[in-house]
Amino acid sequence: MTQLALVIDLNVCVGCHACVTSCKQWNTSSEQAGPLFDDRPYAQDPTGTFFNRVQTYEIGCYPHTETLHFPKSCLHCEDAPCVPVCPTGASYKRPEDGIVLVDYDKCIGCKYCSWACPYGAREFDEYQKVMKKCTLCVDRIYDQSLPEAERKPACVLACPTSARLFGDVHDPQSEISIAIREQGGYQLMPEWGTKPANHYLPRRKTRMHIHEDELVRADNPLKKEDIRRGPSDGVTLDDWLM
Amino acid sequence: MQPTFSVVFLTTLIGVGQGLFLALFSLQAYGMARLLPVQDGSFFALGSFIALLFLLAGLFAAVFHLGKPSYMFTRAWRGIAQWRTSWLSRELIAIPLMMLLVFLYAVFHWFGWDADLFNWRVAGQLSLAIGIIGVLGAIALFVCTGMIYAAVKFLQEWASSLTVVNYFVLGTASGFTCATVYAAWQGVEPELIRFLGGWAIALTVFGFITRSFSLLRNARIKYKSSLQTAIGVRHTHIQQKAMGMMGGSYNTREYSHGKAITFMKSIKWIFLLLAFIVPVILLALGLRGEQTFLLLLAFITQYVGLLFERWFFFAQANHPQNLYYQIV
Repeated sequence: MTQLALVIDLNVCVGCHACVTSCKQWNTSSEQAGPLFDDRPYAQDPTGTFFNRVQTYEIGCYPHTETLHFPKSCLHCEDAPCVPVCPTGASYKRPEDGIVLVDYDKCIGCKYCSWACPYGAREFDEYQKVMKKCTLCVDRIYDQSLPEAERKPACVLACPTSARLFGDVHDPQSEISIAIREQGGYQLMPEWGTKPANHYLPRRKTRMHIHEDELVRADNPLKKEDIRRGPSDGVTLDDWLM
Repeated sequence: MQPTFSVVFLTTLIGVGQGLFLALFSLQAYGMARLLPVQDGSFFALGSFIALLFLLAGLFAAVFHLGKPSYMFTRAWRGIAQWRTSWLSRELIAIPLMMLLVFLYAVFHWFGWDADLFNWRVAGQLSLAIGIIGVLGAIALFVCTGMIYAAVKFLQEWASSLTVVNYFVLGTASGFTCATVYAAWQGVEPELIRFLGGWAIALTVFGFITRSFSLLRNARIKYKSSLQTAIGVRHTHIQQKAMGMMGGSYNTREYSHGKAITFMKSIKWIFLLLAFIVPVILLALGLRGEQTFLLLLAFITQYVGLLFERWFFFAQANHPQNLYYQIV
């Protein structure tokens, strides 16, 4: 069984919001999902419907702080709590690829599904009066008229740092499964048992471990430079190079 | 959560309707068992017609909870589809069913249609049979309404059996208060009014106890989610610096009531006073002095109190998604 998902590498995300704008651009022009309305986009208190948001958190106390940019969209939970609560069946999870979708023609706008999502991934469209959410660009990833490399969600293609990976989380050899496995991918709010399909890769500290010997040569065995020092008695790293 | 008045009115109005029906049915059952004076069919017919009006008013309020009111005609019929999993779908089935049963109960009483179903040789057996199904329908509707909220595990203030109990007891209490007013207005035997009024007081006191339990439970609630689990970072000191938008969104509007703590606290005391304490006093005074006006005042006070109670119920629930929306 396929479960399509995103993996977001928090170590790489720079918080540029390119995924937000490309998502909005693609989905507001899409025949199936759009339009995604905006209120006062260039005035005071702009607001609108988005499928994806990038938030920013500060971890730690000054001076030991770290900034975390955190893109958040629907996690396409494997045990999606928003689906069974829908009275009309407008909210559903596709069995073939695990994408959670809303049928805008069946939605009655009761907002019950959004109450049943702990992540706040669903946003109500104030103009169409139906619930909207990330579709994982379902109208794009299967489009045979696009080159195969472009059959990916708009946010993934837009990310300048490749912080967003897309694939089948059930295939153990997929790029995202390997990334989750090897780089400590985790799920959000695991305490609720929703089994989000999207995973996040944690921030990682890159530290160099340099021994003093690597900086200061005790002797010059290869004689590349004309630095002559008296031979040392101790064992040095250079001894092993000979 | 941001309380919506459509749902506040829906849940309180159908509660009164169901409770009024339960009160009328108990009168009929007690009458047939010769424990209380028997009333004629028109008393029950008019009473259950009023109950039907409350249910209809509730349904009317519910229309405004839909995205567009027109969805009531174009899309709401789909709402019965997911009864296997959704309590909201079950409620959408239970409401019209309850209305139909109350309507039938009124019609059978009005026309005096009867049959000796159980060989008791007592009048009103057919309407009693419909009434029994109606009681089951009323209980089912109370359970559906309560479970809509109790079944959302993320809203921990609601995710408790006390939610269902409160919907049942508070609705029934207000319905019995309404029935007391109706009986007094119809000028039936004082014995009957005292029966209804006595149960209204008992149910209101019981409701005070169960609601207080849920207030106590919610005062010491431990939230499962934290900012740490929300973003998956293990650090005791995490601060949100931006939520990803400036002017707010659905997420900031739907999940917060935006009122001060003192406002919330005052609403709590107002509903405890108006929904429970004042009506009990007014009911006791009205029953003693046989004053219909005081009984009516008791019902109005209790209903207004329940509006405050329901507002507080919604506002008090804290959604875990708010962890992601703490600062612009």
